[in-house]
Amino acid sequence: MGKNHPNVEPYIVSRVRALESLLMEKGLLGPDTVDRIVSRYENDTGPLIGARAVARAWVDPDYKRLLLTDSQAALAVFGLTNYDVLVVVENTPRVHNLVVCTLCSCYPWPVLGLPPTWYKSPAYRSRAVLEPRALLREFGLEIPPEREVRVWDSSAELRYMVLPMRPPGSEGMTEEELLPHITRDALVGVAEVRLPSSIAAGRPA
Amino acid sequence: MNDIHDLGGMHGFGPVEREEHEPVFHAPWERTVLAMMRVGQANAFNLDEFRHAIERMDPAAYLASSYYERWLAAIERLYVEKGVVTAEELAVRTRYFQEHPEAQATDLVTPRPVARPSQPGDPRTLFRREGTAPPKFKPGDRVIARNIHPRGHTRLPRYVRGKRGVVERCHGVFVFPDTNAHGLGEQPQPVYSVRFEAVELWGEHADGRGAVNLDLWESYLLPA
Repeated sequence: MGKNHPNVEPYIVSRVRALESLLMEKGLLGPDTVDRIVSRYENDTGPLIGARAVARAWVDPDYKRLLLTDSQAALAVFGLTNYDVLVVVENTPRVHNLVVCTLCSCYPWPVLGLPPTWYKSPAYRSRAVLEPRALLREFGLEIPPEREVRVWDSSAELRYMVLPMRPPGSEGMTEEELLPHITRDALVGVAEVRLPSSIAAGRPA
Repeated sequence: MNDIHDLGGMHGFGPVEREEHEPVFHAPWERTVLAMMRVGQANAFNLDEFRHAIERMDPAAYLASSYYERWLAAIERLYVEKGVVTAEELAVRTRYFQEHPEAQATDLVTPRPVARPSQPGDPRTLFRREGTAPPKFKPGDRVIARNIHPRGHTRLPRYVRGKRGVVERCHGVFVFPDTNAHGLGEQPQPVYSVRFEAVELWGEHADGRGAVNLDLWESYLLPA
């Protein structure tokens, strides 16, 4: 990344262009191949499929059961078909879940998009399994000692997503009203879903 | 490999740095690298070979590289090893673009349209296989992760080797990365979610009540 080593970038760019032009020459890369492969990650800026599934699960107990036991069928409801490797883990007052991949950076792309840089960083990958509570504290999340922290190290081809707890003050909110508050960070387990005080305060507890 | 990529439990990397409003890509070349990896996965190498190519980087270079720099190093190596391009033409071409920083890839070659399968139909589902033999373990079984140190690719992290855990569920049968990364076939086997208590993994350094679950192939496990 340019910020870290500014002199490396031109060399990297030459290497990328070299391989790109060779793959074009060999007939593996067409004029629109890169855009076709990458555009869906750049242009899909709407709510994540993972967030949609969580919002539905909060208002519909049957859907929640489906999401936790047959995620493939649950995700198909939102147009993601044949994704048969997602495991959804539920946060409760007794358990907080956290997702990591210590060996590389496995992440459920189809439901959460491309992972942020911090998820791929050595700091996150090394510490999430060793000192998850200290790590979460840095993210602003204090987990009480009696609440268990369960870390899911994505060491095989299964992928993980957290079903966060429905936030206090959200009683009576609809699926569509809940959706914008469900962040990527909450679905990875480094945050909880919180309503802005203006919304939470305006509703009966 | 007992290599730098196996980061679980290491000290010294400091706090996790986060970027506000992070863009999907930080530079245009990153998106090209992502696409060239997908094209390679569809045409030249499998995902296990790709992961192993990253692991074969010099450990110091691994840590000094960004995510997509690692991807680039891995695909350069694999496209050469698989005979798609030669090391020499890659070096010559790289030098050309270094000397002509304004030149684009399409200045040298006019790309022809390629058939649709330039990325795997569904990379997510490529690794499940039909079961061959019944799973050896069932939920509730106590197991030990084997204390092995293969020189090749493995998905058994060091921090769990020799540790005792409990099988929570069987995920079904999956391609075995330790052979698939080395041209030794898929040799599919059951994968289990195994729970390891934090105190079992880290002893008195465990930071509280908790556990780590890993997904482990059957041959990584012994009955306890």
